[in-house]
Amino acid sequence: MVATLKAPGQPRAILGLILGAAFGFGLVVALRAISGLEIFQTEQTGYPQVIVPAITGPIGYLIGIGCFDYWFRWAAGAPTIPEDHSQHGAHSWKDYFKFNTDHKVIGIQYVVTTFTFFLIGGLLAMLMRAELAQPGGQIVDAGLFNGLFSTHAAIMIFLFVVPVFAGLANYVLPLMIGAPDMAFPRLNALSFWMLPMGGILFLLSFLMPGGAFDAGWTGYAPLSTGAPLGQSFFNLGVQFAGASSVATALNFLVTIVTMRAPGMSFWRMPLLVWANLSTSLLVVGATPFIAGAQFMVLLDRAVGTNFFQAAAGGDVISYQHIFWFYSHPAVYIMMLPGFGIVSEVISTHARKTIFGYRLMALALLGIVVLSFAVWAHHMFVSGMFAWLRVPMMMTTLLIAVPTGIKIFSWLGTLFDSKLHMENTSMLFSLGFLVTFVIGGISGVMLGMIPLDIHTSDTYFVVAHIHFVLFGGSVFTIFAGLYHWFPKMTGRMYDERLGRIHFWGTMVGTWGTFIPMHWIGMEGMPRRVADYAAQFGDWNLVISISSFILGAAQLVFLYNAIVSWRYGPKAGSNPWRAKTIEWQVSSPPPVFNFDEIPRVVGGPYEFGVPGARHAIMHGEEGAEVTGPKPAVVGAAGGGGGGSK
Amino acid sequence: MKDMSRATFLKLAGVAAVMTLVISIVMVNIDWLGPDASTEKGPIITLLNVTIVLSALVFSIVLTMMVYAIWKYRAKPGDESDGAPIHGNTRLEIIWTAIPLVIVVGLGVYSTIVLNDIEAEAANQMEVDVTAQQFEWRFDYPDQGVASNELHVPVGTQLELHLNALDVVHSFWVPEWGIKRDLVPGSDLPGGDEIDNVVRVTPDVEGQYSVVCTELCGWGHATMRAAAVVESQDDFDAWAADQTKIPEGNSSTGAAGGNGAGVFDDQVSK
Repeated sequence: MVATLKAPGQPRAILGLILGAAFGFGLVVALRAISGLEIFQTEQTGYPQVIVPAITGPIGYLIGIGCFDYWFRWAAGAPTIPEDHSQHGAHSWKDYFKFNTDHKVIGIQYVVTTFTFFLIGGLLAMLMRAELAQPGGQIVDAGLFNGLFSTHAAIMIFLFVVPVFAGLANYVLPLMIGAPDMAFPRLNALSFWMLPMGGILFLLSFLMPGGAFDAGWTGYAPLSTGAPLGQSFFNLGVQFAGASSVATALNFLVTIVTMRAPGMSFWRMPLLVWANLSTSLLVVGATPFIAGAQFMVLLDRAVGTNFFQAAAGGDVISYQHIFWFYSHPAVYIMMLPGFGIVSEVISTHARKTIFGYRLMALALLGIVVLSFAVWAHHMFVSGMFAWLRVPMMMTTLLIAVPTGIKIFSWLGTLFDSKLHMENTSMLFSLGFLVTFVIGGISGVMLGMIPLDIHTSDTYFVVAHIHFVLFGGSVFTIFAGLYHWFPKMTGRMYDERLGRIHFWGTMVGTWGTFIPMHWIGMEGMPRRVADYAAQFGDWNLVISISSFILGAAQLVFLYNAIVSWRYGPKAGSNPWRAKTIEWQVSSPPPVFNFDEIPRVVGGPYEFGVPGARHAIMHGEEGAEVTGPKPAVVGAAGGGGGGSK
Repeated sequence: MKDMSRATFLKLAGVAAVMTLVISIVMVNIDWLGPDASTEKGPIITLLNVTIVLSALVFSIVLTMMVYAIWKYRAKPGDESDGAPIHGNTRLEIIWTAIPLVIVVGLGVYSTIVLNDIEAEAANQMEVDVTAQQFEWRFDYPDQGVASNELHVPVGTQLELHLNALDVVHSFWVPEWGIKRDLVPGSDLPGGDEIDNVVRVTPDVEGQYSVVCTELCGWGHATMRAAAVVESQDDFDAWAADQTKIPEGNSSTGAAGGNGAGVFDDQVSK
């Protein structure tokens, strides 16, 4: 018993959670007693006896599960426990619930955790659509409705789309660049374990007096600074999810810059690696701004600062500037990794090299630069400085250029190809292309100030963001999940169920989000629990379509679980792809490579006689990439290094 | 695209052109933005129609390329060969960088022209001070010296709306007028002069409309509405004469935040 509680793991983590929360609670009570204040402060923006344990409890959990063991010993000057790799690799399902430094275990932890939050966020959306199926109030009252769309958005953004991409990349990116692991494996594990803390805080807010946070995921001040206790849980949850995101991005940056296999120049990196390099630059630059914005709101609420209190000299609009300085780049944080996935999938299943590879990589960097200069297009009607509007419109519209380059280059890749449409990942990639173009078009419309003046804060905006975040990001996430499912699980999934999932998702997405454009332009504002009777018919159509969309995801869930357990064994390279992760076994060995591979060419050299991307040392994979090296392991052996 | 003949290219271009035409004709004829009841909304509708035609062109090109590629280049079952080793085509890449660039810059310039057009100041304006508070609207008419919970305006006169909020951010929108602007707390306070809180609109069709709050402002957000009535100058004058006078020294900015309901009723009789 005592031994269990001393070793890192879930029992010690639970103990840490309890002790951490008790410490925070005790600290508040003691300090208030010493200061002669009322012990329990129950103003709705206050509740220090709840907020402080909500910070110290999760930290106690992180210490308990073992995130800091090595660092604490090192910092204290105690002998560190020699790395015996016992925290590396998973040998049973129980290992996924432990502190684990293997990027492949962490990748699966990320994907499974975030997918769970995707289902929770989806259920919240289903509840909203049930309420909105008819005008008038039926199922939830207006206050709870505001809580539903706020938590729906917060969970989908911070606990699903952003981290699921980090999870997928965690698994495949080190393999793709020929690295044995990420640069900082312990930081990587800490990044993962901070994530569920954020999600649980978001969900716990439903239990607080006054209900879940209900100022939208945007949390505009001063609505948020005066909101009930649940809002503080949003402020804190964002800190955990944001810290997780920044730490992972730093990890990716260092990994990509320093750990590429010999021969992998920047121009030989697969586009998924380029995409994650770009995304990580965005995360590192932008995420601190939302952390700052939420801390300022928390301080306004709990400590009595006046950042956003107009009556006390605060600046209300500055919240929106700081918030969108993160949250606009955030839409590219949620899209660029998907661009990378689609490039991998299309190239592999079209059996063709990516058309205009270098311009594709440069377009990603172009989006990174531009995305820091467009934030105020969310504020055209906010009453900000009028002069800022036209420059921000111009930069916003310019982003359509690199995005267009990507779309046309994917289409160019399809020409003179050998298209394999039987793979679900390819269906989702092509479905993404069409759907995302619609989202891009509505984005250009919203970028044009006169159209934005009419449509901002209407259902047109809801339609646009779901076309880019569902039709864009989520389609690419599914493309990636299907593409690397054999690599991650060692099993094949059922393509027939995959096709049902794809078509259900496609019909559900278009049926749900296309009519939202119409009712938005007609005059239905967003974030409303009730609406004018004239919009009733379309809302019923939207609700029915959204239930189809929800049901289709259950097909995926069934397919994934059953295939993981009983699916036919996947070989190392079922898609006959060229990149390095497919040249090792499925799932890959614990330390990825017996010997680091040598990169000798571009990543997508389909149809080029004798061309190879990498030379592996060892039997596995060598037969797939073309002519076998005459002598295994011979330096200078292997096929031509032509580009 | 190496083996694509000129004839194939022309055929595809023809399909894309026809598709653009059909989509444009259908879409432009749909009344997307609802009734047009202000002089500002007309240019916005025209701008939307131009954007729709250009969007239809882009969408048609993408769809044509994709459907053609799927139809033409689909691998036969069991075919494990690779596609042609084409790495790119500089001329094509320049074309699909340059053309979108021209389109979006053109749309940006056109939008700027429309923006200047719809924000132009007319010679004669009527000032209305709009105050929002959870979850009510109040309209003060300094020229007439009256206040109301309904927005009554004479047809054809440009309104100069001065916006302020007493508690949280709200947003003023009459869908038929096409103009929207947030009401920001503090715009009447020192330092609030940095907030752009004046918006102009010229309703030009008589009728009954709704002022809709479009910025999330709390549990009552969905139902935070006020009547907007556009009427002839005579009707407006008659209505204004009937309204409660604003007492001396009582401006809409005096009331502190609160629950909304009740605060206005003390000052304004409906």
